[in-house]
Amino acid sequence: MEPLDVKNYRSLLKKYIDSEDETSLYQADQFSKLSIQQNISPEEIINVHIQALQELYPNLPKEIDLSMNFLLETMISYGLAYQEFQSLREKQGEIESELSVAANMQDTLLSTTKPEISGFDIGAISVPAHQMNGDYHHFVIDSSKNLGIAIADVIGKGVPAALAMSMIKYSLDSFPDSLRTPDVILENLNRVVERNVDTSMFITMFYGLLNPESGLLQFSSAGHEPGFYYCAKSDEFHEIKTKGIVLGVSESATYEQFDIQMEVGDMVVLLTDGVTECRVGDRFIEPDEMLDVIRKYMHLPAQEAVDLVYRHFERLQDFHLRDDFTLIFLKK
Amino acid sequence: MKTKSQVQINKEWDIVGARQMGRELAKEMGFGTVDQARIATAISELARNIYLYADKGAVTFEIEEDLNKKGLKIIASDQGPGIADLSKVMEDGYSTSGGLGAGLPGVKRLMDYFDIVSEPESGTTITTIKWVR
Ligand SMILES: Nc1ncnc2c1ncn2[C@@H]1O[C@H](COP(=O)(O)OP(=O)(O)OP(=O)(O)O)[C@@H](O)[C@H]1O
Ligand SMILES: [Mg+2]
Repeated sequence: MEPLDVKNYRSLLKKYIDSEDETSLYQADQFSKLSIQQNISPEEIINVHIQALQELYPNLPKEIDLSMNFLLETMISYGLAYQEFQSLREKQGEIESELSVAANMQDTLLSTTKPEISGFDIGAISVPAHQMNGDYHHFVIDSSKNLGIAIADVIGKGVPAALAMSMIKYSLDSFPDSLRTPDVILENLNRVVERNVDTSMFITMFYGLLNPESGLLQFSSAGHEPGFYYCAKSDEFHEIKTKGIVLGVSESATYEQFDIQMEVGDMVVLLTDGVTECRVGDRFIEPDEMLDVIRKYMHLPAQEAVDLVYRHFERLQDFHLRDDFTLIFLKK
Repeated sequence: MKTKSQVQINKEWDIVGARQMGRELAKEMGFGTVDQARIATAISELARNIYLYADKGAVTFEIEEDLNKKGLKIIASDQGPGIADLSKVMEDGYSTSGGLGAGLPGVKRLMDYFDIVSEPESGTTITTIKWVR
């Protein structure tokens, strides 16, 4: 069917007026869809209607003609609003594809490989709530074969958060091996963030350094969501207690360092608030409920376990994350 | 040869006067019903902006005759506060009425040619043309 052809429209209209059949109405429906596809505005359709009407019934009273013109006039703004809507929709498509390019780039920039360390089993998962991830985790092995683990969360979301994370990653990479104890790393990062990041943006980070030989884990935290320590001997979870101010608030902040001696069967759980602040209906999940979920899966290989915990929480939240979700298991 | 006519915009009623003059010219020049309505709507938007933001100004009509085409040129000018950020104002969805499709981007869509010159403190001149099809 030719869209907006007066002759076509006229015969369709005539057919309908003569027979009042459903087929013509169905064709009118097709016609209107076709017109939308071809960016034909409502006032043009009314104009075609007016012309067809005049051709079919040349002797219609003048009042009908005038009223049709009146209708046409009232449709002009609808036509404009529709065109604006179309152009905004195109723009939205462009923004979305730009964002997905940025998200891919972020994945590449911030990618980290989970190391294989004998005597340990590591699982890590990080899933953004939207396109860009405001969480960050990173593994690094230094020259003395120690494993550094960073987990961080930018308070603030989306693109700015992602940009800030790239900066954190490159600063971390640039610190020499001699400066690789958790307290010193956070102290240095704090200065970088304080100098370079907008005051409205805060970054929390937990940094741990594991000596795989001895099983000693040293760590410091800059206001990061506390993780958990599972002690196999007592079969209990303990919150990992730390203290330290978030990055970027005070220029001269220092960070206290703590340590844990890991024994066989023990496990360290690191996370961001996307895990602990998981919402079920209109309440937050209780810490004990969360630990029950972790306990349910922790006997599995670490990667499988974090994946299953994530799946569990994803389902709990109706497959709609409200916050970026990052979870790391370190099992001895 | 150019024919000129002008409507001063001082009060809200003058918007109707400008629409009417534009429509009559458009009719005489042979514009169809749809284009007449579009021209009148564009004039409304321009005259209303003068009335709202510059207090007073004028809408001028000229008949443009090229070798092979004929058009109605509408110039809306005022000595009001001017528009500081033109690219913002020409963005869809920016107008205060928000997403009604009208405003200056709407005028640009309704007409075939659109140009805006605006200096803060010295006023705004918007020139638009619609060609007879
Ligand atoms: N002649 C003018 N002089 C000074 N400022 C103007 C003038 N015309 C427009 N503006 C400024 O540009 C803005 C955008 O104008 P536009 O006509 O696109 O939208 P609007 O008038 O805000 O809303 P709408 O026209 O949709 O009701 C106005 O809010 C006003 O600030
Ligand atoms: Mg306006």
